[in-house]
Amino acid sequence: MPDIITLFTIEQIVQNREHVSAVELNDVTFGYGDTVAVEGVSLSVEEGEFLGILGPNGSGKTTLLHLMIGLKQPNRGVVRLFGQRAAEFEDGERVGYVAQRATDRGDAMPISVRETVLMGRFPHAGHSRIGGEDRAAVERALDRVGITDLADRPIDRLSGGQRQRTFIARALAAEADLLALDEPTVGVDVDSRTAFYDLLDELNAEGMTIVLIEHDVDILTTHVDTVACLNRRLYHHGDTASFLESDAIEEAYGRRSGVLDHHV
Amino acid sequence: MSQDTADQTDESADTLADDVGPNRLLSSGRLRSGLEYLGLGVTGALAVAMLALVVFDWLQTFPGTPGAVGETGFEAYESAGRVVDSLLGTNVFWVSTTLRAVATGVLVGVMAPLVGAFLVHRQMALIGETLAHTAFAGVAVGVVVAGALGLSGSAGQLLLVALVVSAAAALGLQWLTAHTDTYGDVPIAITLAGSFAVATLVISWGEGAFPVAIDIRAFLFGDSAIITAGGARLVAVLTVVVVALVVVNYKQFLFITFDEQAARVARLNVGWYNSLLVVMTAVVVVGSMQILGVILVAGMLVIPSAAASQLAGSFRELLVLSVLFGQVSVLAGLVFALLADLPNGGAIILAGVCIYLAAVAVSGRSAGQLSVH
Repeated sequence: MPDIITLFTIEQIVQNREHVSAVELNDVTFGYGDTVAVEGVSLSVEEGEFLGILGPNGSGKTTLLHLMIGLKQPNRGVVRLFGQRAAEFEDGERVGYVAQRATDRGDAMPISVRETVLMGRFPHAGHSRIGGEDRAAVERALDRVGITDLADRPIDRLSGGQRQRTFIARALAAEADLLALDEPTVGVDVDSRTAFYDLLDELNAEGMTIVLIEHDVDILTTHVDTVACLNRRLYHHGDTASFLESDAIEEAYGRRSGVLDHHV
Repeated sequence: MSQDTADQTDESADTLADDVGPNRLLSSGRLRSGLEYLGLGVTGALAVAMLALVVFDWLQTFPGTPGAVGETGFEAYESAGRVVDSLLGTNVFWVSTTLRAVATGVLVGVMAPLVGAFLVHRQMALIGETLAHTAFAGVAVGVVVAGALGLSGSAGQLLLVALVVSAAAALGLQWLTAHTDTYGDVPIAITLAGSFAVATLVISWGEGAFPVAIDIRAFLFGDSAIITAGGARLVAVLTVVVVALVVVNYKQFLFITFDEQAARVARLNVGWYNSLLVVMTAVVVVGSMQILGVILVAGMLVIPSAAASQLAGSFRELLVLSVLFGQVSVLAGLVFALLADLPNGGAIILAGVCIYLAAVAVSGRSAGQLSVH
């Protein structure tokens, strides 16, 4: 019995002393049947970091993002979210996730902007009633992304950029610490796209940890501070400057890819 | 309605031009939501009155004071029925079977569209149809169970067995969808055909083996004549349970309906809520079966919410309009069926389809959508 207590306290001390990353992947492998989608990836995302995931189509970017936030369990290796195993992570409100083309959902389903943002409070509220504090958080979030005047509109009457802001507001209302975005600006016009990335920069400057997938190398490298270049395995993981100097993109996309001529 | 239509069209036009007159929008929106909540209040009052009818009907079966209270209460409804009769020039609304049919209809008109609103937007519209067929197999199994146990085989007993079979099938279907690689509607089609196959075999066999009389036609097409006091009581209980479950789990259902993956990330137990929703669907289906019939049950789940989806600007409004449209379909359909001496199920669903077509005609939602992008 005393041994167990000693072990426990030692582990606690180690944990306390250890610095906790927002996301930590240790030799993670995931496959669909016989097809390996992500192989031997180790990387960590520190709190306050802005990580961009880059890679050709079918390179496992979405799978990697899903592994990071616990939507998928690795076949091998360990994923930790804020120090806890991702599969056992329970603070749902700490992660705000916007799936690929998530914003299309409002096309057929009538739902207002405010209702969508209020969903961010659902993990806080559970089965109890939505209270004044929840409503206040929603109004703050709407105001922060600048869509207060659109709050009562149905989502299908918004532009692509406005919809993305709605989803970001949902994460803000949840008081999320980590934003996970899968190709957020697909179908968004160029101006709104720039404005959207500026918003992400601001949120990041305020301390929000952001992980996003983006296929456009130029816009990605302008905004993020770390790049993970993936094609099943990790070709590069480091700050944006080191990525731009490296050959990672040629290697990941394959040397004869047309994408290269444009960017190198 | 026409005033509302004009406002709706103006509203979308304003939005498209991105030059919204906020005051006009606000006042028309207020009028509209005021009318909606008024309708909801009337529906709620009507539903409570119908629950009371079922309770009085039940109390009637007891001796002594409760029985007397029940009788007095039920007589009040019969008098109300006579008033309706004198207004419409009919002679049916005071009859107890009609009263039970109206009560069942009103309650079904509340719970089916409520659950249906979530099903439609989870793209599970056809699951109601499938579960209706499994419920039909459940009725057939009920005949055998009643026969084997020497029970009377009343509608209430058959529906109870149907409820168990249908709920089990709902969970089985859920499992099948999760554990097969086919498209979502393949397990649904297989279950639909499979359960109907079971029903046809069990009915043919049961008819020969047990002396329980069952009106298959009534269950297939819906017939107010088969709605017994027990059947109406079951629907009343199921309605209270379903409405309570929707109220308690509204947030969770809305989240998984709108964005299932984000709900997973928010660590909602998505599997549990999905199972709850399909079991609730089974419950609604069994409740609706007596009045609508197996083949038309899915219509009550889908049509009112589909019509409401054309007009609503928020999910809350969608739920309110779904229930209103469901209620109007039920009442209009029942009255028409009684006046014309035609089956309820067909009349109710057709009334719903008319509302849906009118909603499509006035909304211009799809047109608006295309020009926004």
